[in-house]
Amino acid sequence: MQTPEEFEVSRRGVLVGGAASVATATLVPAGPAMAAPTPVPPPTAKVAFSVNGQAHELELDTRVSLLDALREHLHLTGTKKGCDHGQCGACTVIADGRRINSCLTLAVMHEGEKITTIEGLGTPDRMHAMQDAFVVHDGYQCGYCTPGQICSAVAVLGEIAAGVPSHVTADLTAKPKVTPAELRERMSGNICRCGAYSNIIDAIVDVAGAKT
Amino acid sequence: MKSFTYERVATPAAATAAFARAPGARFIAGGTNLLDLMKLEIETPAHLIDVSRLSLDKIEKTDDGGLRIGAMVRNTDLASDARVRRDYGLLSRALVAGASGQLRNKATTAGNLLQRTRCPYFYDTNQPCNKRRPGSGCAAIGGFNRLHAVVGASEACIATHPSDMAVAMRALDAVVETVDAAGKARAIPLSGFYRAPGATPHLETVLAPGELITAVTLPRPVGGTHIYHKVRDRASYAFALISVGAIVQKDGSGRVALGGVGYQPWRVEAAEAELPRGAKAVTAGLLAGAKTTHENAYKLPLVERTLAGVLAQARG
Ligand SMILES: Cc1cc2nc3c(=O)[nH]c(=O)nc-3n(C[C@H](O)[C@H](O)[C@H](O)COP(=O)(O)OP(=O)(O)OC[C@H]3O[C@@H](n4cnc5c(N)ncnc54)[C@H](O)[C@@H]3O)c2cc1C
Ligand code: SF4
Repeated sequence: MQTPEEFEVSRRGVLVGGAASVATATLVPAGPAMAAPTPVPPPTAKVAFSVNGQAHELELDTRVSLLDALREHLHLTGTKKGCDHGQCGACTVIADGRRINSCLTLAVMHEGEKITTIEGLGTPDRMHAMQDAFVVHDGYQCGYCTPGQICSAVAVLGEIAAGVPSHVTADLTAKPKVTPAELRERMSGNICRCGAYSNIIDAIVDVAGAKT
Repeated sequence: MKSFTYERVATPAAATAAFARAPGARFIAGGTNLLDLMKLEIETPAHLIDVSRLSLDKIEKTDDGGLRIGAMVRNTDLASDARVRRDYGLLSRALVAGASGQLRNKATTAGNLLQRTRCPYFYDTNQPCNKRRPGSGCAAIGGFNRLHAVVGASEACIATHPSDMAVAMRALDAVVETVDAAGKARAIPLSGFYRAPGATPHLETVLAPGELITAVTLPRPVGGTHIYHKVRDRASYAFALISVGAIVQKDGSGRVALGGVGYQPWRVEAAEAELPRGAKAVTAGLLAGAKTTHENAYKLPLVERTLAGVLAQARG
């Protein structure tokens, strides 16, 4: 019978052995006649930005998206990766006051910016009014799209207050209003696979009402 | 994604000089189209020149009473500008009919004009596509082509240009201002900006490699009722099947440009003379010589009926 410790040891042994045999295999063709190409490390660049009020300096592979920088390098895993192509909105964060898809932007392009993620809006003990309203109105089922929905919703109310028109704004020259139709249109960049849409709109209406 | 080196530039001159040092580089603005394509390795630049912080982010009055829109003005800011909303409502309407709030916050004027087709075979690197790999063939001809062009297409490519903004700009007689690597500026009317696919669908505009868009200008406002009607598979956040952008004057004259029917926003000035006679006459002129497939023939009646609705709405 194997004890858990022995199992750990032998499992590690297998992994080490596996790595070693891979190494051997790659060494075989690298004889004197055929020099192995020296692997070129991918280009990196430095970037400094603040996330949720905290300053960060990173040196990143230039390909790293803002989303991957947040999740994989800063371990802020509240922001979710859905489609990774700007189609679902799960990765929505607020950069210098604007909601964006963090998957379709390079981290190194955000030099000097202030990024707010779901973790920065509120904490479990001190929730942002929008987080609270999503809980009260049950604005989710599985919860995967929720951080993006909430970041988007917070920014949407700011956009309406700033007079940004939408596809359903009847009069382009008048100030847009906070109506369910406006909110539905403006939230269309955030897809919810569970279909919690009606409760999401209720939550946003609630917050907007409390504010006006 | 293939790896690349990155630099940020502060002036248009620095941008074009950077390109001269690294031919094959790409400018990156909002990144919402370029990065999408780089993830799929449809675009594989070895160097990126970040132009997003150029101070081309203003909307200014021109001497002749029009507007100069900086190449880096975000789609949200352009749609929200008080002058655009009042005098160029068609442009505001087309912008907010496109993409999502998040994307419009990043997308720029120049990037929007230069966004590439949404043909699904262009996106699927396992399929032949003359636009993506010149000479490989066109999987859309004879494939699923419900979304594809009915006018201006060729034997090599039947893709459409997906921009909503460009449709409004075409109706508004927009002019694209550029500067090339030698520092030479030129102004290109949008009517002559996109290239017909012909045998070379990978060449999409008349821009030279490394030529930087600095602004788009609009002539003085023309008044009238501005309507943008986009028909799509869902009520929001989808590309156009077809769209109709129209400016209709009190006397019934006006302008019409179409989206979703060809490689560029589609406008035929001669057809606009038919406006007082109604949608059928105008559509006949606009889509003269249309070539449809079994899957996209619906676009012809759809254009006519959408235009009829738009004209009825304009009459009030
Ligand atoms: C999910 C989704 C849905 C969308 N729906 C719509 C829609 O319904 N309607 C619509 O119209 N669009 C839609 N879009 C497309 C969107 O509008 C474009 O991605 C956006 O406008 C591109 O602008 P950008 O600044 O991000 O361009 P980038 O991605 O930065 O650049 C695009 C191209 O322009 C070049 N470029 C950028 N700036 C310059 C310059 N100054 N001079 C020369 N070349 C330059 C780049 O090299 C690149 O080749 C959608 C996109 C997504 C991801
Ligand atoms: S229509 Fe054009 S873009 Fe689409 S597969 Fe054919 S060549 Fe490629």
